[in-house]
Amino acid sequence: METLVAQKAACYHCGQPCEEDAFKVDEKDFCCFGCKMVYEILSENNLCEYYTFDKNPGITLRHIPEATFSYLDEVAIRRQLLEFDSAAFARVRFYVPNIHCISCIWLLENLQKLQPGVLKSEVNFSGKTVRIDYNPELVSLGKLANVLASLGYAPRVNLTKESRPVAPASRQLVVKLAIAGFAFGNIMLLSFPEYLGLNESDVTLQRLFSWLNLAIALPVTFYSGQEYFTNAWKSFRQRQINIDVPIAVGLLALLLRSTVDIATQSGPGYFDSLTGLVFFLLIGRWFQSKTYDSLAFDRDYKSYFPLAIQRWAHGEWRAAVVYDLEPQDLIRVRNMEIVPADSILKSSVAFFDYSFVTGESKPVKAGAGELVYAGGKLIGQPVELVVQKKTAQSQLTSLWNEAAFQKSNESVYKKIIDRAARRFTWIVLALALATGVFWFYYDTANMWLVLTSVLMVACPCALALATPFTYGNMLRVFGRHGFYLKNADVIERIASVNALVFDKTGTVTHGASTITFNGVLSPQEMGWIKSMVATSTHPLSALLAKQIVEKSDAAVTDLKEIPGKGIQAVIGGKHIRLGSAAFTGHEAHPATATRVFVTIDGLARGYFEIETLIRPEVKTLVTRLGNKVKALVSGDQPTEASRMRSVFAQPVQLLFNQSPHDKMNFISNLQQQNYKVMMVGDGLNDSGALQQSDVGVAVTDDTGVFTPASDGILAGPMLGQLDSFLRLAKKSTLILKTGFAISFFYNAIALSVAMSGFLTPLIAAILMPISSISVVGFTTLAVNWVARKEFKLNP
Amino acid sequence: MLIIVLLISISLTIAIIFLAAFVWSMRSGQFDDTYGPSVRMLFDDKKKKHTPTPKDA
Repeated sequence: METLVAQKAACYHCGQPCEEDAFKVDEKDFCCFGCKMVYEILSENNLCEYYTFDKNPGITLRHIPEATFSYLDEVAIRRQLLEFDSAAFARVRFYVPNIHCISCIWLLENLQKLQPGVLKSEVNFSGKTVRIDYNPELVSLGKLANVLASLGYAPRVNLTKESRPVAPASRQLVVKLAIAGFAFGNIMLLSFPEYLGLNESDVTLQRLFSWLNLAIALPVTFYSGQEYFTNAWKSFRQRQINIDVPIAVGLLALLLRSTVDIATQSGPGYFDSLTGLVFFLLIGRWFQSKTYDSLAFDRDYKSYFPLAIQRWAHGEWRAAVVYDLEPQDLIRVRNMEIVPADSILKSSVAFFDYSFVTGESKPVKAGAGELVYAGGKLIGQPVELVVQKKTAQSQLTSLWNEAAFQKSNESVYKKIIDRAARRFTWIVLALALATGVFWFYYDTANMWLVLTSVLMVACPCALALATPFTYGNMLRVFGRHGFYLKNADVIERIASVNALVFDKTGTVTHGASTITFNGVLSPQEMGWIKSMVATSTHPLSALLAKQIVEKSDAAVTDLKEIPGKGIQAVIGGKHIRLGSAAFTGHEAHPATATRVFVTIDGLARGYFEIETLIRPEVKTLVTRLGNKVKALVSGDQPTEASRMRSVFAQPVQLLFNQSPHDKMNFISNLQQQNYKVMMVGDGLNDSGALQQSDVGVAVTDDTGVFTPASDGILAGPMLGQLDSFLRLAKKSTLILKTGFAISFFYNAIALSVAMSGFLTPLIAAILMPISSISVVGFTTLAVNWVARKEFKLNP
Repeated sequence: MLIIVLLISISLTIAIIFLAAFVWSMRSGQFDDTYGPSVRMLFDDKKKKHTPTPKDA
């Protein structure tokens, strides 16, 4: 580790570039106050080994919203979360998405050195969970979660699904796979005499092998292949045909025919084909679940609300689950907490940040008696509110509920595989019938033999494998390039997209801003202002602090922050005020952009004009997408209309002042005109639109931020590649169809052999695996080749 | 003839024992986290010493 003091030092804790060296401890640079604090906690407790396992292992606290976990101490919530509870011993498993390296494991497993009362903690790295044994007499659950959060490992508490243990379903799948593989191998060994044509020499031995094969194949059919039978039965009862029906019929035909062959000593049976089939099918299923697991993200919108709020009950403030709130309940909301339900403000004045709802991060002022909507985040002093509506009925949740429960657009899609399976099944049934009729007149004795052969080889194993391997591989390709999809079906829907709608805030514009100062300030005065804004957590202050280059060592005294107005302080003997025009004594003008005014010693000195920055790659992207781009929708004022027009040329509609509901309606209008709409947005304020659209894409510059209504999450810097993703999705549908064609080709050969009555176990044993392997090989190679070609220019 | 039957039964028995061992290890959760244990064994037990000197920044 060399000590290169370049212009920008990397934060010792999280490795991000430091904008300034204001935070310096023990000769080490830190990018923010949070990182510095974590370092100090660790060094105080002699835990600095954390930094030796991995370079800059920490998680920046910059983007992590402040959250309080005290609500976990409420009895009902506690009981739901704890795996074990007694007076002096309790066990909890937290899901901590931030676990990412060796240092994380080390720190989290040394929690007992940091927090008295922790007995033992163990990390499951793959599951990103930490299991903590602790003494509830010494430390409460809420305190424990707060300690984790203060280190940057905030647990994601989710009461509807609780913490997520490793799914036993995936374990079971591996066991099934192991048994099928075991049986496949052993049956092939025992069939060797058969393959080599040694059957005349020793008939008893051959019979023994056959019965052994039968014994080994039984658990494969009924344990490993169980799901195909139950699924087929289910879909049969719903009078639908999915891919599992012909598979189940094929497996059953193989088993019965082989058993009859062995019992009547007329042949060795087809057990190698049967077990091989199940083995390959399960590999496909395992691959699919593996891909999904790695991409799984929690779609549960409830995890966004802080789940409990302080309610006045029995003469004291107690934490209550938000869904238990009743109208007229008196609640207390603290700084940075979200108002859980539409309520009337009791305190005299308060400021709410509605960026969750409207995308506007400027706090809105509310006075006593005013209605405050759910989803607003309180900035500043704690306030008391009287609940007006139950949480489930309030404006925001109704939007979310609408989004969460009406997944109409997902079920309307008949998946390609189901369509193919239905056609396939009918063809096979027709062929089997025709063959049966033909052989009935031609050679009645052999009719059943030929008929079962037809059903056996028609088993669409390769067909079933084509989908998981094509889409699974494509999901990986997308994921590698910063586009995370909810599941494989999304690719199919992306392929059909022919209209795109963009959101403005956070999508077309990036959080960073260009700031210009209109007026005259000396470098020294600029430095003072930097010192001032650095003390404030206001979003505008943060932007200014980042942008101003000048520094000042002068002490800041008499600092006062008046929420919603500005900051005032005395620096270097000068009385400085920063903030709104009224607060600083400037004349108010109708503004086209956000302004922060400066007054020094009562003299108006000018203002900062803060403008959001348009992502540079958007313009070329829009050009490349051409007439697919239909509109830009925004919840903001139309102050930036002309700038947006320069990016989105004429036929594109520019819509401002759109409420979340307007955005949603706009999308559904487009859909009524038979467009398949992709909505590209940023967060909760357009969650309804994201859900309503055929494909909802959330753009994020910090993948830790999760948008529940979206079908996919696109990393901000990759937005410019959106057209590549659209093309790739189209190509994967093509690859999938080619895979189907290959599978049908093999099936046609096998069927013609079977129908003419020449199918021997050997031919079946060769044909069936070859078709599966060639389909898997083709789809995997094709997907990777297409993807490499697409991303060759910009990997 | 008899020797073949014997050999086959022995080989199958052994194979089934290994299969059972695998199924057991899977069920008991030994494959749930394949990364954690490999690094956990490398962590030293810390001695009680107050010298917080991580390497340079």
